[in-house]
Amino acid sequence: MGRFRSNSSSSGTPKISTASLPDIVFMLLFFFMIATTMKEVDFKVGINAPEATELTKLEKKTLVRFIYVGVPTFQYRAQYGTEPRIQLDDAFAEVSQIENYVVSERSSMPEHEQDLMTISLKVDKDCKMGIVTDIKQALRRAYALKLNYAAVQRANAQY
Amino acid sequence: MGKQKREVPELNSSSTADIAFLLLVFFLMTTSMAVNKGLARRLPPPVPAEQKTEDLKVKERNVFVVLINSEDQLLVRGEYTELADLKEKAKEFIKNTGDDPNMPEKEPMDVEYFGTVLVTKNHVISLQNDRGTSYAAYINVQNELVAAYNELRNDLAKAKFAKNYDDLDVEQQKAIQKIYPQKISEAEPKNYGGKK
Repeated sequence: MGRFRSNSSSSGTPKISTASLPDIVFMLLFFFMIATTMKEVDFKVGINAPEATELTKLEKKTLVRFIYVGVPTFQYRAQYGTEPRIQLDDAFAEVSQIENYVVSERSSMPEHEQDLMTISLKVDKDCKMGIVTDIKQALRRAYALKLNYAAVQRANAQY
Repeated sequence: MGKQKREVPELNSSSTADIAFLLLVFFLMTTSMAVNKGLARRLPPPVPAEQKTEDLKVKERNVFVVLINSEDQLLVRGEYTELADLKEKAKEFIKNTGDDPNMPEKEPMDVEYFGTVLVTKNHVISLQNDRGTSYAAYINVQNELVAAYNELRNDLAKAKFAKNYDDLDVEQQKAIQKIYPQKISEAEPKNYGGKK
């Protein structure tokens, strides 16, 4: 014991082993890799999903296409106004473009999965049903009949 | 002496791995992954343009009409209703316990596990909304209707199998679905309560 003390005092502060640093860094890396869900697109519309209790999970991600509806975010307001707008992938769109979008997305899927395509409607809760009804009619014309109204889980019943 | 000077006491690092795993597990448990969830629905197929929109002959007693106007008020089978009462009304309608002539007809059907049961298999819940209805109100109504079905199914599962509906196997779930088929139709859009 006495030998140790005299040793350290003569050679300054001992170095801390950094051998485990990579482990820690890898751990952080893995954590972030797992916990992050990739953003599907850049949102150009603000969406505050409605709450509901009886939800089902969207199963296979490759079968799902999203349609976003909401008020344009601040930097797009000058150009697109403050009325709810539709966003397909990364761009603003009109109702008339939905049919084409659905058809082209469907044809890019493998044939045996085409019938299983689901459209998830992510709509802001303050939107009016008018625009949603228009989208639904467009989807019917495009024969995209499997629909999912995106919502977030409500903790408990409201009454 | 010179050899002894180069020796540096190392920190025991064998437990860092344990700490790391502890942290990892902690974060894994506490992070909620963003899962896409929603109310699943099926739209009716499009009506060909040349075909006249003939209303299908559905007896009035079999239809449960829910109207939502532009002020988000509900009219259920001609009566003004609060959202809170909608679920009970829908359950009553789907079950039709007393064989009420105003409620849907019951027909005998063979169902596995249950034998022959009287089922209100022709009932339809028709949901109609205005263009000015808010989306939140619409989702609330959809949610209540689905909740009505889920509760009925769960009650039946508990009575018959003494288990929650979600814990049943696929065959049993199918049998219950036969008794309470989910029939929510989203009608052709119409205008109610004026334009907005």
